[in-house]
Amino acid sequence: MLLIDCPNCGRRPESEFHCGGEAHIARPESPAAIDDQAWAEYLYYRTNPKGLHAERWRHGHGCGRWFNALRDTVSDRIVTTYAMGAPRPGATDADLPDPAQVRSA
Amino acid sequence: MRRFSLASLLRESTQGHQGWERQWRAPEPKKEYDIVIVGGGGHGLATAYYLATVHGITNVAVIEKGWIGGGNTGRNTTIIRSNYLFDESAALYNHAMKLWEGLSQELNYNVMFSQRGVLMLAHNHHDVISFKRHVYANRLNGVDNEWLSPEECKAFCPPLTISKDIRYPVMGGALQRKGGTARHDAVAWGYARGADARGVDIIQNCEVTGLQRNPDGSVKAVETSRGVIGTRKIGVVAAGHTGVVMGRFGLRMPVESVPLQALVSEPVKPVFPCVVMSNAVHAYISQSDKGELVIGAGTDQYVSYSQQGGIHVTNHTLDAICELFPQFTRMRMLRSWGGIVDVTPDRSPILSKTPIPNLFVNCGWGTGGFKATPGSGHVFAHTLATGEPHRINAPFSLDRFRTGQLIDEAAAAAVSH
Repeated sequence: MLLIDCPNCGRRPESEFHCGGEAHIARPESPAAIDDQAWAEYLYYRTNPKGLHAERWRHGHGCGRWFNALRDTVSDRIVTTYAMGAPRPGATDADLPDPAQVRSA
Repeated sequence: MRRFSLASLLRESTQGHQGWERQWRAPEPKKEYDIVIVGGGGHGLATAYYLATVHGITNVAVIEKGWIGGGNTGRNTTIIRSNYLFDESAALYNHAMKLWEGLSQELNYNVMFSQRGVLMLAHNHHDVISFKRHVYANRLNGVDNEWLSPEECKAFCPPLTISKDIRYPVMGGALQRKGGTARHDAVAWGYARGADARGVDIIQNCEVTGLQRNPDGSVKAVETSRGVIGTRKIGVVAAGHTGVVMGRFGLRMPVESVPLQALVSEPVKPVFPCVVMSNAVHAYISQSDKGELVIGAGTDQYVSYSQQGGIHVTNHTLDAICELFPQFTRMRMLRSWGGIVDVTPDRSPILSKTPIPNLFVNCGWGTGGFKATPGSGHVFAHTLATGEPHRINAPFSLDRFRTGQLIDEAAAAAVSH
């Protein structure tokens, strides 16, 4: 079970949280203007990386609020959490801690 | 290939079993193949086998990052059934069921296929209605499935409690008598042996790192940790790592990879005659021929490649097992493990062409791919050989996520997701 650092409540067990899947997927501004493939990519296509993954969590059995987390999908270790609406920390993976070092930490 | 027979067994038993040959070669990759299959699990090896036997294409390589059958083929709970609701799914999984029934003879390799029956339990009114609908739909599709009362469930599976005093009493069950189990490793090994004997190269410890394309965009070669291998066609059959491999080829996929856990108990004498699964309370249990109870747990809620999951997930399943089978409360669990399964939005697999010409993909089997191994390999071999999908796998295209023709198969696995 993961220990997740809720920005509002602090460290709590995963069973208090619900994972909302990949973060930063914006609904198209004007759905009627995009083609079916672009709509499919919005609805169904996911990054699914082996490495750092930005994802949404909701602390349902705590503050009840959504937030984002950056997690290494190999070690499952959460690198950082940040507010909904905030940009993903680090413009690229290179700006963030090396997942291999995070794993051994 | 030296065939197994009563005569060969008797001869070897008098000679200390020293005469058995290696079951497949360990060749160096050739410069070029007609078809390269990425992924040496059951589905990939079955694809290679049927390419050789059905389509006569033997200049084929199966390249595998680790060792064959070392991924989800060796980690699943070996349950086989075909009682899916929709016409498309019933056709695909029942195609596999028909191949399972003759597989040991066809491969000359004992895959220990045992049609001991798969019983799906209903615990609430919705389950009852839903399962009866499955029974009727299955019968129209020629798939065996029948409704049992709680007493009939108890007669079929004596360890089951049908007491009214448990939290979610059994209200009946849907039984597929043709369902059962098979030896998962033997399936990979049998297909590998059969494919190798017909000239297919099985190349282990060989990781795919990239793709080379012709000026027209089509597949030219695959880059691997053991060099560049030229090929006219590629079939990616990489299960939980499909997204990783396709990412190296520059494609995003409508799949997410999550851990799925299983565990086995200490071995005991034969005590459990069939397979029982319950979606509602999440129990999933059978007994292996070694005597271990084989228990399937659920998926974790997040994307992961860790091949392990949360202990609360297995705990949840054991709660249900102890409630339904009270005599197992004192059993000790020996081992637990996780596999990484690639789950699609509609819980149905993808056997399809891709936007890159001559690149094909067989993935998205999620939590229930083992049961389909022979059928999946058979129709995917057709797709690779002809360049067009078989009638059975045509609905399982990548394009369905664009057209909206999803196959929203809630029965895709016993586990909730």
